[in-house]
Amino acid sequence: MTFEYAPAPESRAVVDIAPSYGLFIDGEFTEAADGKVFKTVSPANEEVLSEVAQAGAQDVDRAVRAARKAFEKWSALPGAERAKYLFRIARIIQERSRELAVLESLDNGKPIRESRDSDLPLVAAHFFYYAGWADKLGHAGYGANPRPLGVAGQVIPWNFPLLMLAWKIAPALACGNTVVLKPAETTPLSALFFADICRQAGLPKGVVNILTGDGTTGAELVAHPDVNKVAFTGSTEVGKAIARTVAGTDKKLTLELGGKAANIVFDDAPVDQAVEGIVNGIFFNQGHVCCAGSRLLVQESVQDELLDALKRRMATLRVGDPLDKNTDIGAINSAEQLARIKSLAEAGEQEGAERWAPACELPDSGYWFAPTLFTGVTQAHRIAREEIFGPVLSVLTFRTPEEAVEKANNTPYGLSAGIWTEKGSRSLWMAGKLRAGIVWSNTFNKFDPASPFGGYKESGFGREGGRHGLEAYLDV
Amino acid sequence: MPTTVPAYGKEAAGRLASMADVTASDGALRRFLHGLPGVDAVGLQARAATLGTRSIKNTAKAYAIDLAITMIDLTTLEGADTPGKVRALCAKGVNPDPTDRTVPKVAAICVYPDMVATAKDALGDSGIHVASVATAFPAGRAALPVKLADTRDAVAAGADEIDMVIDRGAFLSGRYMSVFEEIKQVKEACRREDGSAAHLKVIFETGELQTYDNVRRVSWLSMLAGADFIKTSTGKVAVNATPPVTLLMLEAVRDFHAATGVQVGVKPAGGIRTTKDAVKYLVMVNETLGEGWLTPDWFRFGASSLLNDLLMQRQKLSTGRYSGPDYVTVD
Repeated sequence: MTFEYAPAPESRAVVDIAPSYGLFIDGEFTEAADGKVFKTVSPANEEVLSEVAQAGAQDVDRAVRAARKAFEKWSALPGAERAKYLFRIARIIQERSRELAVLESLDNGKPIRESRDSDLPLVAAHFFYYAGWADKLGHAGYGANPRPLGVAGQVIPWNFPLLMLAWKIAPALACGNTVVLKPAETTPLSALFFADICRQAGLPKGVVNILTGDGTTGAELVAHPDVNKVAFTGSTEVGKAIARTVAGTDKKLTLELGGKAANIVFDDAPVDQAVEGIVNGIFFNQGHVCCAGSRLLVQESVQDELLDALKRRMATLRVGDPLDKNTDIGAINSAEQLARIKSLAEAGEQEGAERWAPACELPDSGYWFAPTLFTGVTQAHRIAREEIFGPVLSVLTFRTPEEAVEKANNTPYGLSAGIWTEKGSRSLWMAGKLRAGIVWSNTFNKFDPASPFGGYKESGFGREGGRHGLEAYLDV
Repeated sequence: MPTTVPAYGKEAAGRLASMADVTASDGALRRFLHGLPGVDAVGLQARAATLGTRSIKNTAKAYAIDLAITMIDLTTLEGADTPGKVRALCAKGVNPDPTDRTVPKVAAICVYPDMVATAKDALGDSGIHVASVATAFPAGRAALPVKLADTRDAVAAGADEIDMVIDRGAFLSGRYMSVFEEIKQVKEACRREDGSAAHLKVIFETGELQTYDNVRRVSWLSMLAGADFIKTSTGKVAVNATPPVTLLMLEAVRDFHAATGVQVGVKPAGGIRTTKDAVKYLVMVNETLGEGWLTPDWFRFGASSLLNDLLMQRQKLSTGRYSGPDYVTVD
C-alpha cells in the first residue's frame, strides 16, 4: 500500500452563485441596456457557473455618470470617514474570505490553497493598508492637501480577479476618487460579490460601479470622455491600445503589463530553497502571473545538479481539482489561453529547445497543462522572449554575474527578477543593475500592500501598492 | 516490522569509499562541510509550513495513523524509571489498544541502558526492538571511554538499537574530526560478538546547534561516519524536533543517498504529541524521500505521548465518535 492522499475538496456549499447577474451601477444591480449576456464557466470542468450582463456604451455612460455624481460627496468626506468604509470592507472580506476563496477557485481555476492562503489575505490587507492612508494623505509626500482625480476607469485581468480589484479600488477610494471597474470576461464573479460587499458596508451609491463585459466594454470605458484616470492591468498588446486611446487627452494613466522575469541562480545558492523558489516563481497560479519567474538563469557550474533537483521536485507537484486542498496546480483559465500556451510550447520544441514534463494525469474535461520545463533555451528562442502566461519554464545558463545581468535585462519587459545567492554583496550589486520593478532576493512572488509594484519598459508604468500607489490617484 | 538493514551493494560501498578523502583530515572535512549548499531559513520554514497544510483524510488518514504507530519508538527516559514501568510500556508497545487487536505494534521501546535487559525480557519474541540511549545521554559530557563502555554495556544487555548523542561542544567549536571519530568508535562499539551490530542512531540535539547550516553539516558528518539513523534531539531540551529541522535532515538524507547510494533513516524526537503533527511529518517524508522511506526501517518517531493520540484518532475513525483519554491506557 502507498500513501495516497484521499481527495479533500473544499465544500462548494459556502458560496451561493446566482444563475444570473446584472451590472452594478449606482448601488443597484441592473440589466444591460441592450440586454446582452454572456456565460462564465469553471475552467476545471467547463461547467457554466452563471450568466452575466455584457455592458455596452450606454451602460458605461450610465456608470460613469453615477460615479461622477458620487464623486462630489465622496471626495468631500473627511479622510477618516472614507477610512471607516474601507476598514469595514476589509473586515467583511475577512469574514467572507472562505466563501470568496471558493468562488475565486471555481471561476478562475486556481488551487484553493492559493486563493485561501495567498489571495484573500492579501485582498483584505490591501483594504486595511489603504484605509490607513485615507486620513494621512497630507503626509504622503504629495503636498499638504492633495486632491483626488475624479472618476477612475479600471480594467483588471483574470489571473488574480479579486486581488487586482483590491489593488485598484482600495487606493482609488482612499484618495477620494470614485470607480468604474471592469473585471475580466472569464472571471467576473468575485467582482460582483464585491459589489454586494460594498452594499453590505453601506458604501454610498455610485462610489463603486462594476461593469462586466469583454474587451469592447473595456475600450468604451477607457475612451469615455468623463473618465479622469485609467488604470489597466493585463497584456502589453491591450496596454498599448489603451495608451493610444488615452494619448492627447488629460486622463492620467497607469499600466501594469506583461513580464518575462529572470530568476537567477548562482552556484552558491541555497539549492533546496532555490528549487522551491523556482517552482513558486513559475508554477504559482499555473504561471498566470505577470511577474512569474519564467526565465531561469542558472550558473553553468551547477546546471545539472539544479535541474535534477528541479525535475525531482516538479514530479511531486499535484495537478488537478482546484477545490482540493492538496492541489498544487489548478486549471488553465480559458480555452484560448490553453491554446496560446500550447502553441508557444510547440514553438519551443520546433526551435530546438528540449521539453520535459513530469508524468502526470490530467483531468478529462476542463483546461489543463502539465508543468513544463524547457532546457537548452537561448535568448533567440521565442519561449525566452515572449510571455507565455502558463506553467512553462525556460532554462538558460550564464557564467559570470555580468553575463547574468546582461541576459536578465535583455528583454522588452522589466517587471520582476529573482536572485539566489548566499552572498549578500552580490545580491545588492545585482539588484542595482537589474532593470525590473521588483527584485526578490532568495525568495520569489512575495507581495505586501506596503511594497510598490510595477514595471519598466513594456511591463508598463506607474506603481501600485505602498505610498507610491497613492500617486496614481492624486492630482500631484 | 523492523528488519535488519540490507547490506549495501558493491556500487554503493565504492561510492562511499570514494568520499573517504573528504574525511581524510580535519581540514578536508571542514572544507567539505562548509562547502555544502547553504540553507535559507525563510525558504526552509515556508516549505515545511506548506507541507504541513496537506489535507489527509479518510483512507489516507487511516493509513497514516497505522503507519505512524508502527514507526514509534515508545520512550521512557526518566530518572524515576523502574522495571515495572518499563514492563508496562513494553506491554503497551506490543498491544497498544486492549480494545482493538487490529492495532499494529510499535517499532521499538526506548529506554536507558540499565533497563535494556528488563525490556528485552518483557518484549520476548514480539519482534519489537529495544533501543537504548547510550553515550552519557542526554548531555554527552563524559570521556570517550565512558561513552564507549556505556554503549557496549547496552549492546551486551541486548539492545538492538543505540541512540547516541554527539558532543555538541566539540561540534560548535569546530572540532568536526573529533565528532566524526567519536561516532565511528561508537559505531564500532555497537558490534556484537557474533559479528552483527546494533543499529546506530545519532542524536544531534538540533535545538542546541541553533543554525540550519549546522544541522545540514552535522547530518552529513554523521552519515559519513556511518550513522544508520540521524535523530533530531533528546527530548530533554527546550527546542526539540521541529518540521523545518526534520525537513532539512530529510533533504540531507536524500542528497547523501544520491551521492553514495547509502540509505539512512531519520528520527524526529521530542514534542511530537498529536496525530496531526505526526501526519505532517509523514507528508514531509513522502514528498521529500518518497515511499522508500515510509517504513519503520527508515523513519521513526521518538515519542511517548503520541501513541495515545493516534489511538484516540483511530477509535474516532472506526466509531465516528471521539472517546477520550480514559479509553486508552496511560502506559
